[in-house]
Amino acid sequence: MNEFMMIFRMSPMGDYQPTPSQIQESIKHWQDWIGGIAAQGKFVSTNQLGFTGKTLLPGGVVTDGPYAEVKEIVGGYIIVKAAAIDEALLLAAGCPVLAMGGNVEVRDIMRLNA
Amino acid sequence: MNHTSLLPTLFRTEYGKIVAVITRHFGLEHIEIAEDITSETFLLAAETWGKKGIPENPSAWLYTVAKNKAKDYLKHHQIFSEKVAIEIQNTHRNIQTYEPDLSNENIKDSELRMLFAICHPCLTIESQIGLALRILFGLGIEEIAEAFLSNKEAINKRLHRAKDKLKKENVSLEIPNDTEINHRLSAVHATLYLLFNEGYHSTTHNRPLRKEICFHALYLAHHLAEYKKTNTPDLNALISLMCFHASRFEARIQNGEPILWEDQEHSLWNQELINTGEIYLNRSARGDQLSKYHLEAAIAYWHTQTHDEPEKWQNILQYYNILLQIEYSSIAALNRTYALFKVEGPQKALVEIRKLGLEENHLYHALLGHLFQINDSNSAITCFEESYRLAKTEADKKIIQNKIDILKLQMAKLSSRA
Repeated sequence: MNEFMMIFRMSPMGDYQPTPSQIQESIKHWQDWIGGIAAQGKFVSTNQLGFTGKTLLPGGVVTDGPYAEVKEIVGGYIIVKAAAIDEALLLAAGCPVLAMGGNVEVRDIMRLNA
Repeated sequence: MNHTSLLPTLFRTEYGKIVAVITRHFGLEHIEIAEDITSETFLLAAETWGKKGIPENPSAWLYTVAKNKAKDYLKHHQIFSEKVAIEIQNTHRNIQTYEPDLSNENIKDSELRMLFAICHPCLTIESQIGLALRILFGLGIEEIAEAFLSNKEAINKRLHRAKDKLKKENVSLEIPNDTEINHRLSAVHATLYLLFNEGYHSTTHNRPLRKEICFHALYLAHHLAEYKKTNTPDLNALISLMCFHASRFEARIQNGEPILWEDQEHSLWNQELINTGEIYLNRSARGDQLSKYHLEAAIAYWHTQTHDEPEKWQNILQYYNILLQIEYSSIAALNRTYALFKVEGPQKALVEIRKLGLEENHLYHALLGHLFQINDSNSAITCFEESYRLAKTEADKKIIQNKIDILKLQMAKLSSRA
């Protein structure tokens, strides 16, 4: 089995402030989707990224990022097991980020030979 | 109760205590001597009680005889007692006055040390379970062989090798120190959990439940709860889930037949165990680590609630979502799919169940049949028949046959009306 990473990207939400129950709904959708992958025995790990972002540029420059003028922000990732990338793409279906106008980038994880 | 049925029960409750206490003082490397002394004690009980009747306090009788045999052993084995003298002098000033301390305090303490020694990481899980069943639970070699679908010779070999390994690794009977204890506790929790499951499911026995094993696992877990160092949130969650599962023992079997949850007599559920489970569930809600025990306890809690409210299955679904991320198991995957069915209906569940890849599992087909039976009885029967074919135990086959019979009856009634 190979491993693939799905990277969730979406446009910054600007002034949108979700209510507590909207947040609950959102958590439920994410957990249901991830749970579905886990039920297939294909889950490896996942993390949601937070909102303190800084970017280190060449020359030692640090900017408050990634928010400044960036069209998309990475919200998080999941690592799954799949035989091939097409199977991983099937797992990506139903990802809640898609309903929010975002996208899922699916990448194979390289195996390093020891 | 005549002595033929009392002794096996006492064997299971008292054997481990006596072995633990004597081994505590002789040292783990001499565990076989402790086992021999204890076995001889029970042999004498079988002979004597048959002739003279059961004593008023059978446990006290056993303890007295065991104590005397241990003292005799030291008297007649000079070299041995010299080696062991140092160990004993930690608690007694004079080896002449040595007597195994079979007080409740020392029994509990010795059993805990034995539990940690048996659940040592140097042993395989099978060895840990085997040793625990033999030494702490007092099961016979034949009974253990049955549990492992093995034979007496193989089990004896395994236990022998396990004891040798403990000697080689110089494992001693003590509560691990602060740096090691978390790691060692994981092993203890895992083994107690497996032991409880073994008693709960007992797929290899004609009796679907080995209650004594479950209650003994709970008994040992309670020991751990009494000491501050070992009274962790994970342990509290483990005790909670064991209580919840055990609360339904009386209702799970009627006339030797297994009864499913939805058909159980709620009045037979043990409310005291449910209450205890809730207390430990609350206690487990501290710290910041969510373990699989927490999730299973939370799910088990909901199964003590009989009202089929939407909140129940939504919660259960969310717990399974997280549980599967912590540790995958096919049972959890199937149970999650059932919860999904209760929350979102059969169509969604039918889509998800086919992704599970569990076609070799009889429970998969049973659940598939359950999802079909609302709208498509014929497909449901096909699934149940496949489930029957794959089921391994008599108890499981019976449950499925019942489902088939009920469904066929329903179909016959409907077609006779048409």
